[in-house]
Amino acid sequence: MRIALLADIHGNLEALEACLAHAAAQGAQRLIFLGDLVGYGADPEAVVARVRGLMAQGGSQGVITLRGNHDEAALHGPQGFSTLAAIAMRWTQARLDDAAKQFLAALPFTHEEGDCLYTHADASAPPEWRYVTDAREARRSLEGTHARITFCGHTHVPALFALTATEKLVHHSPAPDVMLPLLRPRRWLAVIGAVGQPRDHNPAACYGLLDTARAECGWMRVPYDIEAAARKIRAAELPEALAARLFEGQ
Amino acid sequence: MRTGTIIAGFTLGPKLHEGGMAVLHEATHPDHALPMLMKLPLLAEGQDPAAIVGFEMEQMILPRLAGPHVPRCIAVGHEPLPWIVMERIQGETLLPLLDRLPLPIAEVAEAGALVAEALCALHRQGVVHLDVKPGNILRVDGDLGPRVVLLDFGLSHHALLPDLMAEEFRMPYGSAPYMAPEQLMGIRGDPASDLYGLAAMLYALTTGRNPFGDPQHMSHMKRRLWWDPPPPRALRPDCPPWLQEIILRNLEIEPARRHPTAAQMAFDLRHPEQVSQTPRAGKLKRDPWGTRIRRRFHPDHQPRLKRNASAMAQSGAPIIMVAVDTAVTAAGLSTAMRRMVTQIMATLPGARVACVNVLQTHLLRPDMTLDDEGRNKHLQHLLELRHWSAELKLPEARLTHHVLEALDPADALLEYAQTNRADHIILGARESSLGRRVLGSVSGQVARDAPCSVTVVRLRPG
Repeated sequence: MRIALLADIHGNLEALEACLAHAAAQGAQRLIFLGDLVGYGADPEAVVARVRGLMAQGGSQGVITLRGNHDEAALHGPQGFSTLAAIAMRWTQARLDDAAKQFLAALPFTHEEGDCLYTHADASAPPEWRYVTDAREARRSLEGTHARITFCGHTHVPALFALTATEKLVHHSPAPDVMLPLLRPRRWLAVIGAVGQPRDHNPAACYGLLDTARAECGWMRVPYDIEAAARKIRAAELPEALAARLFEGQ
Repeated sequence: MRTGTIIAGFTLGPKLHEGGMAVLHEATHPDHALPMLMKLPLLAEGQDPAAIVGFEMEQMILPRLAGPHVPRCIAVGHEPLPWIVMERIQGETLLPLLDRLPLPIAEVAEAGALVAEALCALHRQGVVHLDVKPGNILRVDGDLGPRVVLLDFGLSHHALLPDLMAEEFRMPYGSAPYMAPEQLMGIRGDPASDLYGLAAMLYALTTGRNPFGDPQHMSHMKRRLWWDPPPPRALRPDCPPWLQEIILRNLEIEPARRHPTAAQMAFDLRHPEQVSQTPRAGKLKRDPWGTRIRRRFHPDHQPRLKRNASAMAQSGAPIIMVAVDTAVTAAGLSTAMRRMVTQIMATLPGARVACVNVLQTHLLRPDMTLDDEGRNKHLQHLLELRHWSAELKLPEARLTHHVLEALDPADALLEYAQTNRADHIILGARESSLGRRVLGSVSGQVARDAPCSVTVVRLRPG
């Protein structure tokens, strides 16, 4: 079965729709949202509504949605956020109704299924919201759980970490649209890039495509209407940098 | 594992081979009719645990490879221990060649060209082998002539896959006599490392000894970072200069000084008379002591081993085949074709041009090519080709000329492009004529059937 993994949508409805359409064309039967539905982008209500709609449609097994730090902040306010992120979060809070905020803040931190663990950030301590950007952080996350494969987001930069038979940690930068083997019995940590705000200098939206039968994962890159997403950010009078960075992928 | 054991539906047959890292068994499966092998890692006590890392690397790479130069992967699995089932290919490794060294020069060149062609196919799929040696090369004599199949991808690097071997630095990863200098420094992924391995092997086949012996310690292996071996001609005076040129070029310490691609190395081994010779070709002594000491100690003379190279990037150094019909090409079309070639060559410093024309032979007069007139025709064609290409103003090393004798020009051009791994064919469209309409054009057939990109140069009428 193919599962689409969508992380860090950040209120970017155009990017989300493009990824959903792409994933459907690839035969993805299930969706797992790896957190941060909102924050930064100008469409938080529409994105939350869209994801809740998919959850209602897909049932509890079909669509899983996990909590990100921005989802938590939608209810509790930005804590430890950068200036830009905090400005965007206060704006987002004003836009969301109570039901949406309650929904976001009540999302689970993790989901486990078979030998896979899904979460938003470092899996060894999900509420800490620590980034996994290098081999040392990847090792900490892997050593903190028993899952063979961990999927997370949070960094907005695609990466694949492998723990080899000699306990060495290998860091790989996945090329776009290539299915990579997550060889048994090795342990892997896949950091899925961002749907709504890529930061690896590739402005195309990124989502993960997991093929459970073949034990392969691909980092799919999908072009979307960046102009429209940026126009909405400007119209909302959110900081210009949040619009500009979408074009640069940073 | 014993004969008769069943793993994922595959029944193990007798053990065929046991190497340092793995065992090969015959294997059968009710759903697969072809002869197969199961490869299992040796997981004995005291075995280097990194062997399993290499085995897993091969489990990832082999299923992603295709074509006549690799064994077809049937299945991989990990229970009860990691295994790979692949097609069993009938053939013999090149190891027996080492028992009758030195080999005749023609045999060295033939073996070298076959291996270079297989490496070219591998590199195009994004993989650098990194353990090119006689035991990993299988010679197969098939219906379409001889070819080689490369074996054992446990040390290989795939441009798109996580490199599980990247963190394994201890000895011995790679075979000491054939390992490239940059590999010793932990640089994986440069296709030129395989050209070095092949050149070290050709050196041994030519001279009867390895260029750097068979060192057992890292410090001895690292001598090749500044030391150069005695030129083959010093050990074997009848080694032709062109072969020494090819061998020493690919034993260069800096990867950038070797052939730009395996296809270009194969091309030179297939066309000895066209090899452009540098002072390397005539060398009879190693570099003087001063030069070697400078390479060893002088900061400005350290070889540059790291460069931005990856397999698959053949596009930077293509073989461009230009088919010129000197007899009928109008001046305007000739100029347009030369302009096209010049533009492409200007952007690709590693590219080379093979100018080709076809001397048509006649079925009803088959002896024509053998008599005086025939030979003169061949020479005349060659002269016309050289005259045509002179205006390209390309250095000798980037330009070769070939007259093909054939009944059918299009077939001859296509076969040439196939066997020489041409990346791009440029040819002119003949002017509209009755012949073209009735018989179809050469350029049309070449464009339809070529194994690579084709540019048909045509002048806009009027």
